Amino acid sequence: MRANIAQARHYPTRRRPAYVAFIVHRLSGLALALFLPVHFWALGRALTAEAELEGFLRWTDSPAVKAAEWVLVLLLAAHAGGGLRLLALEFLPWRDWQRSLLAVAAAFSVVVGLAFALAL
Amino acid sequence: MHTARREAQLWLAQRASAAILGICVVVHLITIIYATRGGLSGAEILARTRGNAAWLSFYVVFVLAVAVHVPIGLRAIASEWLGWDGRMRDGLLIAFAVVLVLVGLGATWGLFW
Repeated sequence: MRANIAQARHYPTRRRPAYVAFIVHRLSGLALALFLPVHFWALGRALTAEAELEGFLRWTDSPAVKAAEWVLVLLLAAHAGGGLRLLALEFLPWRDWQRSLLAVAAAFSVVVGLAFALAL
Repeated sequence: MHTARREAQLWLAQRASAAILGICVVVHLITIIYATRGGLSGAEILARTRGNAAWLSFYVVFVLAVAVHVPIGLRAIASEWLGWDGRMRDGLLIAFAVVLVLVGLGATWGLFW
């Protein structure tokens, strides 16, 4: 507790890890919200026939699209990791290990990002 | 409806949909990485999903949870960052939820049929 107060005094509000986590969660959510209708629409069109889907998958082979896909997967992992952290903070009784959830959420995003990058 | 009651219901809907999405996103991420790593063709992907009621059910739940979760999140951003409240905001977000359901279920049906 004393350490928390000391840390809170040391960092300006906007540089505290919890605030950074809030901003990452919010901006990743906003980006995903904008992307989702396009994703559903493009997938719906591509799935009208196997040939269409094949063409769509070939289009996603280009480096620029792959880079964009990687960013989206990273955003999805960051938002999911941050969201699960919030659910644990809000619904589970407080325990000391919950302080580490921020690092766990960040690690989850990095692991998913790396796994997807290696699979590309 | 009383404002505080409505806000509490939206808060709960946001958390309940988040819990469902937590599972759906992990499954979706594993599927994406599996399909990408395996270099699956369009025909191979569709061979796994067409006529598969389990994948259909999974993606229907996924789309419905998204359609609940996303507009409530955007509502918070509109209020807190843009100071935009009121019926116009809520009406547009309900319309956005309907669009997500329609295009999402359309894509899901394409995977199944």
